[in-house]
Amino acid sequence: MPAVSVEGVEKHFGSTVALAGVDLEVAQGEILGLLGPNGAGKTTLVRVLSTLLPPTAGRARIFGLDVVDEAPEVRRRIGLTGQQAAVDEILTGRENLRMFGELFHLSVAGARRRADELLERFDLVEAADRPARTYSGGMRRRLDLASSLLVRPQLLFLDEPTTGLDPRSRNAIWEVTRELVDEGTTLLLTTQYLEEADQLADRIVVIDHGRLIAEGTGDDLKEQVGGQVVEVLLASAHDRAAAMEALGSAAHPVGEVRVQVGVDGHDALTRVSEVAQALDRAALTVRDLGLRRPTLDDVFLQLTGGPPPGAEPPAAPSPNGQKAAR
Amino acid sequence: MSTPTSASAPAGTSSGAPTPGPDGGSLYWLVRDTWSVTKRNLRHYVRQPRLLVFSTIQPVMFVLLFSFVFDGVVGVALPGGVSYIDFLLPGILIHSSAFRTTQTAVGLAEDLERGVVDRFRSMPMARSAVLSGRTMADLVRSVAVLLLMIAVGYLIGFRFNQGVLAAIGAIAVVALFGYALSWIFTYIAMVVPGAEAVQAAGFVAIFPLVFASSVFVPVATMPAWMASIVAYNPVTLGADAARVLAIGYLSDDYGSALEPIGWTIVVSAAILAVFVPLAVRRYRRMT
Repeated sequence: MPAVSVEGVEKHFGSTVALAGVDLEVAQGEILGLLGPNGAGKTTLVRVLSTLLPPTAGRARIFGLDVVDEAPEVRRRIGLTGQQAAVDEILTGRENLRMFGELFHLSVAGARRRADELLERFDLVEAADRPARTYSGGMRRRLDLASSLLVRPQLLFLDEPTTGLDPRSRNAIWEVTRELVDEGTTLLLTTQYLEEADQLADRIVVIDHGRLIAEGTGDDLKEQVGGQVVEVLLASAHDRAAAMEALGSAAHPVGEVRVQVGVDGHDALTRVSEVAQALDRAALTVRDLGLRRPTLDDVFLQLTGGPPPGAEPPAAPSPNGQKAAR
Repeated sequence: MSTPTSASAPAGTSSGAPTPGPDGGSLYWLVRDTWSVTKRNLRHYVRQPRLLVFSTIQPVMFVLLFSFVFDGVVGVALPGGVSYIDFLLPGILIHSSAFRTTQTAVGLAEDLERGVVDRFRSMPMARSAVLSGRTMADLVRSVAVLLLMIAVGYLIGFRFNQGVLAAIGAIAVVALFGYALSWIFTYIAMVVPGAEAVQAAGFVAIFPLVFASSVFVPVATMPAWMASIVAYNPVTLGADAARVLAIGYLSDDYGSALEPIGWTIVVSAAILAVFVPLAVRRYRRMT
């Protein structure tokens, strides 16, 4: 039985179509990354799956339970950490956790004990007795995630869990996330950070305008865009024409000072060397030259026909160190 | 139906996380979840000192203002032996109780705009506890304010004169009536979007009810056409019930003391029977 099974789910708000027919399956223990720009329908889908919104059409089941007809049973199996921290601002961190613990039907003593454990786990002991409204964004998000973990969810929804977070909080959230998955929790993660999806998720589904437009592992998606390229970062935009000429027909510009040459089945190292020699012969100054795989940004650009969302840099340090060249 | 046993919470980090307790379907869990939410709302009152101070000053101010301003005019229209403060205080308890119910609506509307309600709604708790915890906390606060108003009344001459049980009965009738009204406002908060709109809607509903009533003046002093309407106003019933229990004052419109008391209870029960299910259903369906 899949953890999540979605068949033809649509959600309309008046004349606005937020979900235009989504089919999706998530296996138990899987980490699914739901990737898409703002307004793509990610949050709406999460709200439907977490019983907060009934779908306009279609069916969604969590561990075989219908999110509308069997909502109370579904709620016992899920945890939800949303985009805005869903904690009480006036209560302290400790009071929040105790209250949610009681509402998850732990015993009063059990809720107290669990609250203390989580405060410890999420590095909130010092702030435990301050009202949550005095917390920084990162502390609030950690408290929010802790609130989802008072009882162990079989399926956890993380709706843009690291948007706007400092690296420390981000790492803390990633670490806990990985732990949960090791323990068998299924994870549905939404993000507009392409790197985040690539780093955390087993499988990525790309959503845009309420439709799923691509699916696969990070590698699969990159494959769809094309193989490796040699990328050259020129010292000056004036050199671009000269560089293009020197590199021949395999080269194409990808910006003012950036040129890519497809590897196209050649030996990658040979190709790098050829490019380097050609540029050297043309006496061009190069700031950086390297082998590069297409990032999910490129995937996104190609799939949605629009620029990738968010001016902010992706959340993670790039796994193969390409960040320096960009 | 779940059994009233708590899930155990073994120690440990996230790896030792307990599984959720039984689903919140039973009355036991409704009561316990209501209490958890009530505690939260009471903490909100205590932690917001400005709100606390002003919402307490207002009813006290009303007791003082009305008793001194209207004493000269209304005092002479009362039957012999009844002082205006004795007449006024039971009525103004109802008045204050009724007005405070608009705060129920505002508090709830603010809650609905907060992210924390999303968490409540995605949890296996009794769903209606968000509403019942709100009305229950407001009831607790309301009784505290009533006691304060009575204390202030005592300083300026008010006395219960029907015995302790009747005095407790008077407070209970006012509290019950206020509690019932607070469910109407709970429903208003569900259907009117936005806290400010809710407050405005609440005042529109509550003003005529409270002022076209026997709260401040005897009905007999009103024009005949108005008196006939006012006699059926539930606020009049509540004020008259509180009055007969507190000071034994019964206007000529009633045959016996049981009439206003009985009707107030019946009207309150009827309001609860209609608006509790309406509000809960609306909350469940809310998107």
